[in-house]
Amino acid sequence: MSRALHELGVAQLGRAMAAGELSSLELTQHLLTRVAAFEHLGAFLARDSELALQQAREADARRAAGRAGPLTGVPIAHKDVFVTRGLASTAGSKMLAGYASPFDATVVARLGQGDAGGQAGAGMVMLGKLNCDEFAMGSSNENSAFGAARNPWNLQRVPGGSSGGSAAAVAARLLPAATGTDTGGSIRQPASFCGVSGIKPTYGVCSRYGMIAFASSLDQAGVLARSAEDCALLLSAMSGFDPHDATSAERAPQDFHAQMLQMRDGATAARPLQGLRIGLPREFFPAALAPDVAAAVRAALAELEKLGAALVDVSLPRTELSIPVYYIIAPAEASSNLSRFDGVKFGHRASDYTDLRSMYERTRAEGFGPEVKRRIMIGTYVLSHGYYDAYYLQAQKLRRMIADDFQACFAQCDLIAGPVAPSVAWKLAQQMDDPVKAYLADIFTLPASLAGLPGMSVPAGFGAEGLPVGLQLIGNYFDEGRLLQAAHALQQATDWHARTPAEAGKP
Amino acid sequence: MSLVLDDVKRIAHLARIAVDEREAEGYLHQLSSILELVEQMQAVDTTGIEPMAHAQDVVLRLREDAVTESDQHEMFQSCAPQVEAGLYLVPKVVE
Repeated sequence: MSRALHELGVAQLGRAMAAGELSSLELTQHLLTRVAAFEHLGAFLARDSELALQQAREADARRAAGRAGPLTGVPIAHKDVFVTRGLASTAGSKMLAGYASPFDATVVARLGQGDAGGQAGAGMVMLGKLNCDEFAMGSSNENSAFGAARNPWNLQRVPGGSSGGSAAAVAARLLPAATGTDTGGSIRQPASFCGVSGIKPTYGVCSRYGMIAFASSLDQAGVLARSAEDCALLLSAMSGFDPHDATSAERAPQDFHAQMLQMRDGATAARPLQGLRIGLPREFFPAALAPDVAAAVRAALAELEKLGAALVDVSLPRTELSIPVYYIIAPAEASSNLSRFDGVKFGHRASDYTDLRSMYERTRAEGFGPEVKRRIMIGTYVLSHGYYDAYYLQAQKLRRMIADDFQACFAQCDLIAGPVAPSVAWKLAQQMDDPVKAYLADIFTLPASLAGLPGMSVPAGFGAEGLPVGLQLIGNYFDEGRLLQAAHALQQATDWHARTPAEAGKP
Repeated sequence: MSLVLDDVKRIAHLARIAVDEREAEGYLHQLSSILELVEQMQAVDTTGIEPMAHAQDVVLRLREDAVTESDQHEMFQSCAPQVEAGLYLVPKVVE
């Protein structure tokens, strides 16, 4: 190996192990040492070296027996929103501190050791659980009850959120890949802030079983990795119909890697994206967009043009309205989902109470952090008698108009592109005291979430102070293959995704 | 639409979250500013638009009405705060 092991991505590691140049045990030991040296990033909430080493040995044995797949023995860690046996699952909340799940989430089982029904998993090695905003509510990772994670490109900056630990760990080369969840941008925005590739597939592509629920009509699992190719490999393994998730899409298993590599009609080696129409919604390029972000996104779009894509002017007229619509619908669903945390069946229970009502109220007052309480209260209010029609129903009607706007765009283009976020990563504590200001920064990720469309963040160079900028790509329903194809072509022609933060070199 | 302190206390009660006077004041300000943010939604005419409850109007599947679960109550109750004889314990609600 000429490069350090932690520099290699998922596909490269899989190939090295298949060629017998590397064992999973050796790789796992190397990364465990590296994870321990980067504690200051705050990326991990739980890890178990013994469990990881045991899984690595099993992966090596599986390979020796000729039963290894492309991901067998490759290390991964999961956002702490996925429940796991053997490691605490907290969703970044004091409410679930130390919670020992009796089962694995479907995504965890499929990537790892398989399910209780005997279905084999991909055999990836679980290094631990990753930090996130409490119940995935936030966009800076600062709402974690266990402390903020930091951005490896600048330790005074946020990594984004809510999958902040996932993005920070992948960017710092502690892991080749990590799972994430995206409700309103929670994979794409941290991927953008940390300069890694992240994909949120179409709603229903990945099972929500064992994903601690935030807003069930929006929550979707996905992955963060170093490249579109690695995202494609992981997404193929973790997706697919699951009878345990009532809204799981009933489709045959997908090979996103093969779809990514499929040759387009008229494509050449120099112009692999020949004929691809990329729509640029004019609302995604407002005057208020930070100039460094605009410049990086424009440069990436120019590269896509060189690769054969045609840029088309389109409109998503209700982009700004996505903010109020999302901040009605997501809290409404959250207030309902989080009513299960009452101190009776699992999680925290207050020690001091007089009757059942005070047990509920004190348990929830102690267990939830401020942002979660705010969202539960807003959700409770908009669903309460006399306000339901004016808020919740109105938001659902606008949601349909937003989804219809996308379909009008897709009549003129194949993919939609724009920035992921209006700025690069902000400073720690900068937006903590003003929730509304933080909500406004979600403007470019919320529309695709509300419509249930697949979206990616692809590294697109750097803005102010050398901080990464992400290009957002949005596809039509179940068009992940085309999204990944465009991202992959860009990454074959540029090296933004391969840049390593200087901070990551020195523990 | 802005809230008054009694609204905040009523919402907190409905949400079963204990808040003291000082916290209620803080929430009053924050929740009101969130409601101000969402107010722009009211200006849009949505007459005749069907509400969208789910991405792509996903319909919940039904399964066969058959027993699929084995008895695992001990494992499921192992993470409960207080259990006795297979029952979840809570403060007395009926005299």
